[in-house]
Amino acid sequence: MNVPIMAEMIAKGEQPELLFWVGAAGSYDDRAKKISRAFVKILNSANVNFAVLGTEESSTGDAAKRAGNEFLFQMQALMNIEILNGYEVKKIVTCDPHSFNTLKNEYPGLGGNYEVYHHTQFIQNLISEGRLKIDDTILKGKRVTFHDPCYLGRANEVYESPRDLIRRLGVNLTEMKRNKESALCCGAGGAQMFKDAEKGDKEINILRTEEALETKPQIIATGCPYCNTMMTDGIKFKEKESEVIVKDIAELIADANQL
Amino acid sequence: MSYISNILFGVLLISGIGFFVFNIQKIFRNINLGKDLNRNDNKAQRFKNMAMIALGQSKMVKRPFSGLLHIIVYVGFVIINIEVLEIVIDGLFGTHRIFKPFLGDWFYGFLIGVFEVLAALVFVAVIIFWLRRNVSNIKRFLSKEMEGWPKKDGNLILYFEMVLMSLFIIMNATDSPFQEAGIGNVISQFLAPFFEGYTPENLHIIERTAWWIHITGILIFLNYLFYSKHLHILLAFPNTYFGNLNPKGQFANSEAVTKEVRLMMDPSADPYAIPEEGIEEVPEKFGASDVADLSWVQLLNAYTCTECGRCTSACPASLTGKELSPRNIMMKTRDRLEEVGRNIDNNNGTFKDDGKQLLNDYITPEELWACTSCNACVEECPISIDPLSIIMDMRKYLVMEQSAAPQELNMMMTNVENNGAPWQYNQQDRLNWVKEE
Repeated sequence: MNVPIMAEMIAKGEQPELLFWVGAAGSYDDRAKKISRAFVKILNSANVNFAVLGTEESSTGDAAKRAGNEFLFQMQALMNIEILNGYEVKKIVTCDPHSFNTLKNEYPGLGGNYEVYHHTQFIQNLISEGRLKIDDTILKGKRVTFHDPCYLGRANEVYESPRDLIRRLGVNLTEMKRNKESALCCGAGGAQMFKDAEKGDKEINILRTEEALETKPQIIATGCPYCNTMMTDGIKFKEKESEVIVKDIAELIADANQL
Repeated sequence: MSYISNILFGVLLISGIGFFVFNIQKIFRNINLGKDLNRNDNKAQRFKNMAMIALGQSKMVKRPFSGLLHIIVYVGFVIINIEVLEIVIDGLFGTHRIFKPFLGDWFYGFLIGVFEVLAALVFVAVIIFWLRRNVSNIKRFLSKEMEGWPKKDGNLILYFEMVLMSLFIIMNATDSPFQEAGIGNVISQFLAPFFEGYTPENLHIIERTAWWIHITGILIFLNYLFYSKHLHILLAFPNTYFGNLNPKGQFANSEAVTKEVRLMMDPSADPYAIPEEGIEEVPEKFGASDVADLSWVQLLNAYTCTECGRCTSACPASLTGKELSPRNIMMKTRDRLEEVGRNIDNNNGTFKDDGKQLLNDYITPEELWACTSCNACVEECPISIDPLSIIMDMRKYLVMEQSAAPQELNMMMTNVENNGAPWQYNQQDRLNWVKEE
């Protein structure tokens, strides 16, 4: 696995075509780190000239903003923009729909203008450019359902890229009752990931897991590290770990291509 | 002497419309209590949205059954209003079915026939609506925010429509020349036999009575809008026009904050500089704790909400029994706005502090913190209302003005501030994931 670091590349006088924004979850969360690695393997296999910021990367401020702390958000944003602009970054890809949304929609107003892709969009481009092929034999016939991340789906109307990739795996994609623009949230957004839920009669991730289980899946595919955690917890709560796995689309592709 | 009814009609019409205009001005004033927000960009897209969403009802049919019924009532309402135009002219000039000679017997009969069919369809649709609200167990009509006035309001609207449609048909059924001509009495011919025993004079009295009650009812209904969720039939148009055109995930960046943050981060700024004399910095309040802190678009949203509850029925927090209901956020914002409006009316045009605000007295922090910002409510709204933006503005107030975030969120924010991640990890460990395989 080859993960070039931006500062080192620039020092050598090289300019990568793409910045991989790893995000806090992708850097620190044990489950999400696997997604970062799977995605890097895909980038490597397609010979993409990319780099990461490494220790220069910092929270986009998404969670702070949604928690109501606009100050902290803007401080993070301005700091990040200074670094990104310093490296003359043009193109960013990320596996985290929250980073995707913030970088794409909320940074331009503060001076950060980049072409921002969710990793499912970027992989789709690699395929259409002929730089990557997905092996549709390894996962053939598996029953898969896809959980739309709110910040990819409703927030940015990206519904087809993840589905297109899933279909290319040769699997049997079954939609949940609530899908695409009417998909139910996993319960992590709006900074809920970092706090206990308010008083109620159920956890949101359990409700969403039940909806996923109605499709009798073998795999619940996600495109967001936070959704992944919520759905994985839901499957554990329902004691279905032996029958159902939760995987990011990047991991499924890495599995299919045996990377 | 023969002009009495014309004059009476004129007075009725002018006072009916006049009182409505008088009240509508209050709504404009109240909406303008909100903060400025520029929504005049991209007019072409805005007109398109208004045409599709309000006029074309494109989002109503996402739920096909209620959507179809709603379209019947809506089309019926709009088209039958052509007939109201004739009624108004007849009333003012003492004529009877003035359009008939202009349009010709056949075409006039055709039009009235269409109106009659629509009226009957509206009547049936309204009965089904009533059953849905009062008999079927549809969860979104049974939430606790629907108890009391909101439920009564919903039913009153349906009763109004039932009565108005019935009067329209009765009016036609008892109009002897119209029945004798036999063109356009598609529905009313079946009602006419019930009136066969009456003398022509009595029949005429019934017809005139139905006619008068019908037009009076319409004027009362018009004025009822001001007190009702039914105001959406008018405000849905501006509300969809001024709706948000940005991606739903894009939350506005507060400019006041940008100014301060840039100053903080500017190495050449002198933190001890004495502000220039004469320029008294008015400290901007961050976020919203009362209706006047919200934007005029958010206040327009509150007046436009028709309490259908599609938002709440899709809200993950509501679905899992949390206090939060996006519909209730809109209803409480409107309630508070109306209270502020009455306060202004009673105090000669200025607001007198009543010791209350939208936050705590209407909307609790518990509701605000239950939101996942998933945009399901925004997506669901058939007329482009954005409850999420109100929730976010109120969270901003809680955090930036009161430091009143839940403890775990304070910890998360401290982590972001100190080590650039929501968890307590060292920023120097950001690349460890590369080596861990």
